[in-house]
Amino acid sequence: MGSGARALIWPALAAALVAALVLVPLGAVTIRAGGFGGLRGGDLSALWFTLWQAAVSAMLSCLLALPVARALFRRRFAGRGPLISLLGAPFILPTVVAVMGLIAVFGRRGMVNAALGGFGLPEFSIYGAHGVIVAHVFFNLPLATRMVLHGWQSIPSERLRLAASLDFGPHEIQRHLEWPMLRSVLPGAFLAIFLVCLTSFAVALILGGGPGATTVEVAIYQAFRFDFDLGRAASLALVQVAICVAALTLTARITRGESFGAGLDRPLATPLGQGALLRMQDGLAILLATAFLLLPIGAIVVRGLPALADLPPSIWAATRISLTLATVSTLLTLALALPLALAAPRRRWAETAAMLPMAASALVIGTGLFLIARAFVNPTSLTLPVTLIANATLSLPFAVRILLPEVRTLQNDYDRLAASLGLSGFARLRYLTLPRLARPLGFSTGIAAAFSMGDLGVITLFSDGRTQTLPLALFQLMGAYRMDQAAAAACLLMALTFALFWACDRIGHHADPR
Amino acid sequence: MKKTLMLAGLLAASPALADEKPVLTVYAPEYFTSEWGPGPAIEKGFEAVCACDLQFVAGDVLPRVLLEGDKTEADVVIGLNTDVLARARATGLFAPHNEDTSALTLPIAWNDDTFLPFNWSETAFIYDKTKLANPPASFQELLDAPDDAYKIAIQDPRSSISGLALLLWVKSVYGDKAGEAWAKLAPKILTVTPGWSEAYGLFTDGEADMVLSFTTSPAYHIIAEEDDTKVAAIFPEGHYFMTEVAAQMKTTDTPELAQSFMDYILSEAFQGMIAMANWSYPAVIKEGFLPEGFAALPRPEKTFFYTEDEAEALRVPALAEWEAALAH
Amino acid sequence: MLTLDKLHIVQGEFSLTADLSVPTGARIAVMGPSGAGKSTLFSTIAGFIRPTAGRILWNETDLTRMAPGDRPLSILFQDQNLFPHLSVVQNLGLGIDPKLRLSRADHARITQALARTGLQGLEDRKPAALSGGQQSRVALARALLRARPLLLLDEPFAALGPALKAEMLVLVAEIAAEQGTTILMVSHDPDDARSLCPDTILVADGKTLPPQPTESLLNNPPEALKAYLGP
Repeated sequence: MGSGARALIWPALAAALVAALVLVPLGAVTIRAGGFGGLRGGDLSALWFTLWQAAVSAMLSCLLALPVARALFRRRFAGRGPLISLLGAPFILPTVVAVMGLIAVFGRRGMVNAALGGFGLPEFSIYGAHGVIVAHVFFNLPLATRMVLHGWQSIPSERLRLAASLDFGPHEIQRHLEWPMLRSVLPGAFLAIFLVCLTSFAVALILGGGPGATTVEVAIYQAFRFDFDLGRAASLALVQVAICVAALTLTARITRGESFGAGLDRPLATPLGQGALLRMQDGLAILLATAFLLLPIGAIVVRGLPALADLPPSIWAATRISLTLATVSTLLTLALALPLALAAPRRRWAETAAMLPMAASALVIGTGLFLIARAFVNPTSLTLPVTLIANATLSLPFAVRILLPEVRTLQNDYDRLAASLGLSGFARLRYLTLPRLARPLGFSTGIAAAFSMGDLGVITLFSDGRTQTLPLALFQLMGAYRMDQAAAAACLLMALTFALFWACDRIGHHADPR
Repeated sequence: MKKTLMLAGLLAASPALADEKPVLTVYAPEYFTSEWGPGPAIEKGFEAVCACDLQFVAGDVLPRVLLEGDKTEADVVIGLNTDVLARARATGLFAPHNEDTSALTLPIAWNDDTFLPFNWSETAFIYDKTKLANPPASFQELLDAPDDAYKIAIQDPRSSISGLALLLWVKSVYGDKAGEAWAKLAPKILTVTPGWSEAYGLFTDGEADMVLSFTTSPAYHIIAEEDDTKVAAIFPEGHYFMTEVAAQMKTTDTPELAQSFMDYILSEAFQGMIAMANWSYPAVIKEGFLPEGFAALPRPEKTFFYTEDEAEALRVPALAEWEAALAH
Repeated sequence: MLTLDKLHIVQGEFSLTADLSVPTGARIAVMGPSGAGKSTLFSTIAGFIRPTAGRILWNETDLTRMAPGDRPLSILFQDQNLFPHLSVVQNLGLGIDPKLRLSRADHARITQALARTGLQGLEDRKPAALSGGQQSRVALARALLRARPLLLLDEPFAALGPALKAEMLVLVAEIAAEQGTTILMVSHDPDDARSLCPDTILVADGKTLPPQPTESLLNNPPEALKAYLGP
């Protein structure tokens, strides 16, 4: 396979770039600090809290995603497509906006407690470790659901037809079709969510209720801002990277690259799982998930809508900057994600490189980049490029995670045929890779765009005080007592983020030749 | 990729057109330079008298200066909080302000020759008088109230200046018994937020009954929203002083311009707009500097302030007390 | 002439040797018990598996390190012979030019191949809209268009009914005769072997035996084959 080595040039370049972006800044901070600093007692308990809350959040998200994804896969109803898109919304919400919504539903004055109070039941408090977990599940249940749903959709309908013809009951289907599929999808979903929660910052702080819910990322922030102890910040950042690599290795051992063999893309004629009980079960799963995921979003809209007209004109300039940034950094993400995802099934390093940014502390990367950039230019002149590259890098792991299972299927099913026909290079990309990956590509493009929309200009060190993005405007409004306008800006930010995501996701579906 | 970088470069380069006027680079916090902060008014006012171009660089002021060392671009920094002054001073990067501090009308004595305060306020708990029937009349009453009497949103002292000020406030009032005070306060704390904004948002949304903020916070509601329901609970034990300061850099290449900016800080133009632009007291209060609603705000009888060495010594042990009391 | 020169394939516990040649234009059945390595042998000849030792030659050309698409052969698998998201024309076009840059003449050839395989009018269908027999014909038509001198059939018709399968084998024989194609065909059915392939290669016990006349082999099967063929 002579083109093998040549085909690795792009992924190798992408991997080198990502690794450099994550590790070189860490190195720069360490050198500036004069070595790694010692950790404190409090850092160990932060590490412990970080690990267990991330594990529990990931586990719960995956468990809850199962019935929801299965129900969405089995049922056909009016508005199913838009609902699936809409259920993805929490994952792409900017943290502060999402927390506002969660508090409106689960807070002391929220709907849940109003209902509990109405029944004379005791109050539920969202503040504390469990609140952090509820928020993480809120953010990540959509991701898990989408990943599992993709898994279900990747089982060829021929296999399901076969199952139906063999009169498989739910248990047999579970054993022979669903379980093998889940074994290939769930570890990846768990890992992705675990890593998201690992670097939790604002959620842990706002809903954590106090210092008991300190994460490593908070400890890094504290070391940096409160103590200006760069050595300790670097050590903590290194700990995060180590956890990330360990988690990746562990997942690699559990994941089975399961393939069901290719089907012929026949549409599923008879939905599976007939019977009143299963219908009710699925209906309930969809209903509860919809309520859990959409009520907070509704609350944000209700809170923000009235002041929308009062937003100052400068908001629209900020919106334009945010949209431009999102577009460009999304293109960057794709340029990095596709080669890495295509190489990852055979080259472990490609996957590791793609996942590294997950464990990277934005604060440490920002500081490191600042130290490096300063040696050559005035960092302020780099505001936009740095924001772009940082955003692209930070959404890379998600893009690759989403693409990876489908890339595996693609390669298992069609590599031999493509090779026997001499289909390679650009022709292979155009006639095989892109059409077969259209759906996950659309999805991951949407995620990347949404992430850079909601991002807080990652790195305040590079700020030039002129480039005002929408999230930054939101924070400045809050900081200036203008809570109503801030709520309106949050509402606007949410709507735009979601529209971007939805458009990309739809384009992916549309381009899917199936 | 090249194209994107070029595009980004174009976007970045467009505002920086050739300008013959001398440039004064001022590092300021992110909130400062927004159209809702005091930055724009300061820029306009100073440029009117200096024949120069004032350029703000917004972001984490001290971390940036610490990282840049003597190669910093800054001529002046503004918006430093008292909690970081010891570390800022230790860099040796700041030059004396050469201003007459006797002109300051602060509730405490200030004779620092490097850091010049330009606004101030005190820590206070804010509540809505239409919603809270029995607000605490003193700090002690707050501590002694039943656990479910009030739910308070405070800020994390590890990430927020006002959160740190609360630590020092409790220390000022309760000294060695601060740990016990925190233990009593802990059940009433709804949550701890990373910054002031999130906590204040919880309060205005009705989620928190009280919020740690400033004695001057009600002024915004009274003046901008014509809403007099938000009030500060004034405690006879006293309140903790908070100020923001400015300083000029030793490394500046335009010392005269930097000095004239320091002069401008104490000018009537600057001090006169602080109340409305920053919702805090100006460092120099003269007739007409405070709008009506502002001037009528209730004042604490006593204002605490630790010197920067005292505060630096208290910081770590006070944080340990706080963590111990709140880590359930 | 296809030459397997002291070929040795090792995959974990599995091991297979082959040292034989097949004359140009021959039609050879490949028989042997399940798991003996018939598909592995084909995968090696086609270039998906690299042999541990030995060489694969077509006439004087060494194929051993050549990319699968560059080898002078076409292979039809048990399944997944078509890309489900591409139309019949596109699937066939890949046989002419993997970059799908097709000239007018190429399109004419595709039309011809469709006619030759009885697929007129199905140009724009996707594979899912075709019957099993039609799918096999598309795959065969593509092999026809590629016109490589060697055709490997790894049971591509196993899923078809007896009548359809017989029909396909006749089509294969005709095309092979027209183009002078050398054929290697994995077969489980002695009748298929008899009807299409005068000679047979037996794969059993880790060895590949050189071609021998099909008729006499089937009439006097060795132990390994006897057990496999049944009474």
